[in-house]
Parts: sequence; structure tokens; C-alpha cells
Amino acid sequence: MGYQWNWGVFLQPSATGDDTYLGWMFAGFKMTIALSLSAWILALLLGALVGVLRTVPNKTLAGIASAYVELFRNIPLLVQLFIWYFVLPELLPVSIGDAFKQSNPVMQQFLASMVCLGLFTSARVAEQVRAGINSLPRGQKNAGLALGLTLPQTYRHVMLPMAFRLVVPPLTSEFLNIFKNSAVCSTIGLLELAAQGRQLVDYTAQPFESFIAVTISYIIINVTVMSLMHKFEKRIAVPGYIGGK
Amino acid sequence: MIKIANVSKHYGSFQVLTDCSTSVSKGEVIVVCGPSGSGKSTLIKCVNGLEPFQSGEIIVNGISVGDPRTNLPKLRAGVGMVFQNFELFPHMSITQNLAVAQVKVLKRTQDEAMDKGLKLLDRVGLKAQADKFPGQLSGGQQQRVAIARALAMDPICMLFDEPTSALDPEMVNEVLDVMTELAQEGMTMMCVTHEMGFAKRVANRVIFMDKGAIVEDDSKEAFFANPRSERAQQFLAKILHH
Repeated sequence: MGYQWNWGVFLQPSATGDDTYLGWMFAGFKMTIALSLSAWILALLLGALVGVLRTVPNKTLAGIASAYVELFRNIPLLVQLFIWYFVLPELLPVSIGDAFKQSNPVMQQFLASMVCLGLFTSARVAEQVRAGINSLPRGQKNAGLALGLTLPQTYRHVMLPMAFRLVVPPLTSEFLNIFKNSAVCSTIGLLELAAQGRQLVDYTAQPFESFIAVTISYIIINVTVMSLMHKFEKRIAVPGYIGGK
Repeated sequence: MIKIANVSKHYGSFQVLTDCSTSVSKGEVIVVCGPSGSGKSTLIKCVNGLEPFQSGEIIVNGISVGDPRTNLPKLRAGVGMVFQNFELFPHMSITQNLAVAQVKVLKRTQDEAMDKGLKLLDRVGLKAQADKFPGQLSGGQQQRVAIARALAMDPICMLFDEPTSALDPEMVNEVLDVMTELAQEGMTMMCVTHEMGFAKRVANRVIFMDKGAIVEDDSKEAFFANPRSERAQQFLAKILHH
């Protein structure tokens, strides 16, 4: 294989002349992080809400929550992304749709990607949260209620603090997934890490260096996330309980 | 204080409680016993509305539990309950366990709640454990904390749902001692338990349940001396041997 390795390619000025190729990679790295973190916040908030609703006694609320989960969990991520980016703006009221289409194209791509990733992941978070709540001993809810706490207070002070501790490990893997899934957003033109890698190949014809750099970047992100979550898990551990002292 | 009148409950076609009626007066201690699956726990959970029931009526301190207009959280705040598996909140320290409902439900200040909690903790002999977490205590200690937690709400009566069934044998007595003391101080108590020694010591009446129905409801003297139903005779013969 007559491949010409050239790691110096990253320090060359880019084809557009205003940056180096390393600068392109770094821009993609920042975009991936900004996209994934904002989508994760959305996913956590919505997922927690929907997961809790799936466990409440009110049948209507639980039904709506379970329909939400099935909808976002059963459609491929790529299809969801195309729907958010290409289809939905056409279905919105004309004024809102036009406002979206006339906004900064990067903003359009970012918004569609964030909402898509956030909602897709929220359905998975909701399932984890539901499982966490259901795995608590049944008597915990009764104990809260028997003390005179209302059902919302019982969730807030008794059930959720333990349920969230139980689901930190599975949530960590959802958190890692959101970074990896964000690569799908390159398909609508968002210049995140994977897209920058491909662009680098087009401009420099150095695919090995480009994708090794992309790979290492994802590993750096995920190892950082894992170790932070591990620290977090230790911090919130309950004494005398799983993971505690 | 507690009046249970013709209460029936079923899950689908399975009858759990059949036409149960009894009452508990102020200061009385009632022991509810019977074989497993006889509906004892279900009955006691109906008293504070943790289990719904389809027909009949339960009145606690003049308030109907089954009435949809009843403010159940308010009613439950005045009825202490102790569970078989303690059900302390594992993420809270012992003092937080004692304080949380006082603050959130009774709107006491954190300091008042802590004071009250520590006093009760002292009373059940666990002041030294105040800053520990439930997972660091033994079963017997956890159950005593659970009793203190219920007492912190200044309940008008206490419900015990098999409070010693999940304990190692050597820890049963420390819990029964606290309950006996409570009974002697005049607390109104309804206890589901198999501890016949406790029943003989402190109960005013014994209720025997079988297959969801109250089979006997008698003074403890009459119950232990001469149970009327054959089922209760068999039950006593089996458990009193040991």
C-alpha cells in the first residue's frame, strides 16, 4: 500500500486560507460538544418528566408518556433528523416556517439537530428513569404517603432522589451515546467532528490522518465524560447502600 | 377513634376483604393476627387509605377515609404507620428521615423538627446514631427509627404492619419493647403481628382474620383462653407450641 503518511497536514493552512486544518478539526470538536451538551440537557429534562409520568397512577398522563416514548424510540434517528430538518419547516405555519428557513443556515442545522437528538435521547432517558422508579421497593412510596406527604412531594423527596442514583450508570451510557449519535447530524450539513473529518479528506486526500484524528477526538470526549460521571456517581453515593461506604 | 364498617375489597374477581367490621377506641391496643394471605396487611393499609376499598366505610377520628373529598395527606399525617421493611429513606441521614415530613407536611421549622426528632431518637435509645444513614444501622435499629419517625408527626393513633417480621430474632425484642412502652403510655394502636407474647402483654383485643374475613374479635383473655372458631384454634395450636 503506497500510502503517504503526512501528519504535518494538520498544520498546513486550510484551503479557505483563514485557518489550519487543525483549526477545522477543532471547530468540529467544539460543534460536537456544543450540540451534544445542549441536546443532553434537553434529553435529561424531558426524559425525567416523561419517565416520571409513565409511573403515575393517572392513566391518561401515563398513556401520553408511553406514546411519546414509543414514537421517538421506534423511528430511526436518521429519519427523525430528516423529518425535523426537511419536513417539519414545511408543516409549520408559513410565518414560522419561513422565519426558520431564512435564519442562518448553521443555526437551522444546529436547532434541528439539537431538537432531534434531544428528543430521541429523551425517550431513552425516560425508560431509564421509569425503570429506576419501578425498581424502588414499593413500600417507599407508601412510607412517604403514610407520613402525609402528597404524591408529588413523595416523588420529589423520597422516590426520585433514590431512583436517579440508581440510574446514573445507564444514564452515563446514554450520555456517551448522544456524542456518538451526533455524528449523524453531518448528513444535514452540520460541520461537527465527523463532517470536518470528511471535509479534511476531500481537501487533503489524507483519509487515515483525518479519521484517526476524528477517532481520537471522540475517545477523548467519551473518556472525559466517563470519568466525570464516575466521580459524580461516587459523590452522590448513599452511605451503607450500593456504591456507598 | 377508628371505625371499620362492612369493608370489602377485591382485585378483579379475587376477594381480598369480605365485610370486615370492627372498631378501635382511644387508648386501645388491638392486635390483628391470622395466617398469611388472610388480608391483615390489606385491612390495616385501608385504614390510612394506602389501599382503596370498594365498599363499606372507614372512619378515622370522625373523617371518612373512602370519601373522595377527604384530604388524605392531611388524614395520614395524623396516623402513624410502621412497615414490615422499615422503609426509611436511604438517601437521608437518620435526623433528616425524622425531620422531612415534619417540615414539609406540618410546616415546622428545620430546627423545631430536628429538636423533636432528636428527643424521639433518644426515647428509642438511638441518639448516638443521629448522623448515620439507614444503611448503616441494623434492622432493629432501623425499625426503632421508623417508629420515632412516625411519632414525630404527633399521631393520634399508630398502625403497625408486621413490624418485627423482617427482623433477625435477636432484634425482635428491642422493637417490641418500644411498642410496649408506647402502648403503656396510652397510644391508640392497631398492630398486625404474629408476636403472641406481645399480644398477651399489651393488647386489649385480638382480631383473628382468615380468607379476608374477621373471624374473631374478642378480648385477649377470651381469645387466648378459648377461641371460638376452629380456624383460630388451629392457628393458635400451631404458633403457641414454639
